[in-house]
Amino acid sequence: MTTLQSNLLENHTPTGREEAWRFTPLKRLAGLHDGSAKPEARDSLSLNGAATPGVTFTRGAITAVSSSEDSIVNRIRNYTSEGAILTIDKDVVVTEPIFLNRISGGIQTAELSRVQIRLGTHAKATVILENTGDSVLAEDLEIILSPGSDLTFISLQEWDSKSVYAATHNAIIDRDASLKAIHVTVGGDVVRLLPKVEFVGPGASVDLQGVYFATEGQFFEHRMHVDHAVPNAKSNVNYKGALAGDKSHTVWIGDVYIRAAAEGTDTYELNRNLILTDGARADSVPNLEIETGEIVGAGHASTTGRFDDEQLFYLMSRGIQESDARRLVVRGFFNEVISLINNEVIQERLMTRIDNELERAGK
Amino acid sequence: MSTLEIRGLKVTVDTEQGVKEILKGVDLTIKSGETHAIMGPNGSGKSTLAYSIAGHPKYTITGGTVTLDGVDVLEMTVDERAKAGLFLAMQYPVEVPGVSVSNFLRTAATALRGEAPKLREWVGEVKSAMEGLKMDPSFAQRNVNEGFSGGEKKRHEIMQLELLRPKFAILDETDSGLDVDALRVVSEGVVRAKEANNLGVLLITHYTRILRYIQPDFVHVFAAGKVVEQGGPELAEKLEANGYAEYVSA
Repeated sequence: MTTLQSNLLENHTPTGREEAWRFTPLKRLAGLHDGSAKPEARDSLSLNGAATPGVTFTRGAITAVSSSEDSIVNRIRNYTSEGAILTIDKDVVVTEPIFLNRISGGIQTAELSRVQIRLGTHAKATVILENTGDSVLAEDLEIILSPGSDLTFISLQEWDSKSVYAATHNAIIDRDASLKAIHVTVGGDVVRLLPKVEFVGPGASVDLQGVYFATEGQFFEHRMHVDHAVPNAKSNVNYKGALAGDKSHTVWIGDVYIRAAAEGTDTYELNRNLILTDGARADSVPNLEIETGEIVGAGHASTTGRFDDEQLFYLMSRGIQESDARRLVVRGFFNEVISLINNEVIQERLMTRIDNELERAGK
Repeated sequence: MSTLEIRGLKVTVDTEQGVKEILKGVDLTIKSGETHAIMGPNGSGKSTLAYSIAGHPKYTITGGTVTLDGVDVLEMTVDERAKAGLFLAMQYPVEVPGVSVSNFLRTAATALRGEAPKLREWVGEVKSAMEGLKMDPSFAQRNVNEGFSGGEKKRHEIMQLELLRPKFAILDETDSGLDVDALRVVSEGVVRAKEANNLGVLLITHYTRILRYIQPDFVHVFAAGKVVEQGGPELAEKLEANGYAEYVSA
């Protein structure tokens, strides 16, 4: 273990001045970024229930498919070459969602985890990753989509209040494959989530949807990077965030690159933030770099606004008391994305959590 | 029998040019079952009167009283006014993204009735209100006012009037932007609500055409922040012929 620990320390340590780190409160990362975290082998991810035919969940050697310049990802890769691998064989269509659960590991030690989700050619599945409990966790999660495959990947950050989660979700998407990702972050002390998308074959598409709700003192960062390196790929990004309470802080960065070869690209990204109380801060930075004019469309928008008093007045004028009216508006704001999760139990659980946090923040 | 009484109501708003007095002493008494039309030129303060009674935070009451059966309305929060029996059909109803009409209506009905309406009966109530206003059933699944046409917004307001059963309704230019057919459908909804609940109506309008469908008992001419003339339905005919010129110049 000593060798591995020293590998951890050999990496570049971010100072906070780097573009990729400038918003992140490094001191609250529990040493995940500088190698001072105490790693412990936990294998905290498990498959809920029995695997169905064509689906396997194993632990074993992992070879990284994606490249990464992220300091935390590199530390994880230096630390371990093993991880959890979920495979859906080619042509297998899984109708019921596959649940991956997390076993809470506490915050005294850290887990450095590697995960791969692999879909064979023309496979189709929905994977729901449920992050709960209190953990310090750095994760290098790769999604490998073979040609024509179709994955809906839902990652739920329903952490307890002390968790630190720094993760890269790196998707490699081949020809005509399609990824729909829904990231929900409603819990944890610090969440830094980097969804990355690399198109390696033409005709592929990605739809990144997300919601986050930060209350007092919470820091949630979602930093996506969509790399259009091949022709005729399509990307859509839609993230909605709300903030309430003193020192709640969210960061949304949407980097989209359209390289010279990526003719026929169609991309749009949108981030909307709703600030519910004073003392909250939402950073929102869309970046679009375009190296070819031969595209279908490229656009981005970002809005950050306060609670709309006209909505409140309208609802209250129908007899709905203020706290209920606020709850209705906030639920409505998130509903666009949460309703995409095709599971009523999860929808209601998330909405209830949002209701409860909203109520606490209002006091 | 209920009475909504407005006495000497004075209201100001904050503008970029400073505080501006909009209502300069409004007197008006409406009883259950009565329909009062308030007519007047643009900018005379008709909408301010409507929103002030409903409790919009933009308006500051600087004088006068509004009471409902002797109880001070101005002391109430916006939702308390609705619970006391006041309803404002807005000229520009507000969009509430992500909240379905069906969820909104049930939440409002639950708040006003003090308990959730029984699902089965409620579904029937909503269905019949929608049919009465010639609205497609799919309407209930749409988000409140989001992407509604002008006519749909007004139908939705009157549907709420029928379902929420207030004692008094203020209709702020409900006729604006409606074609002849929609005007008739919406007006019929108001008349149904009147007959069902002995509703008192304060109907704010520029035009007499809605008065052909909703017969007023009283007509008030509103100019420069107060009522300047009152009469019966014949006053509306006179306004139709002569316009507001004599009141504005006066």
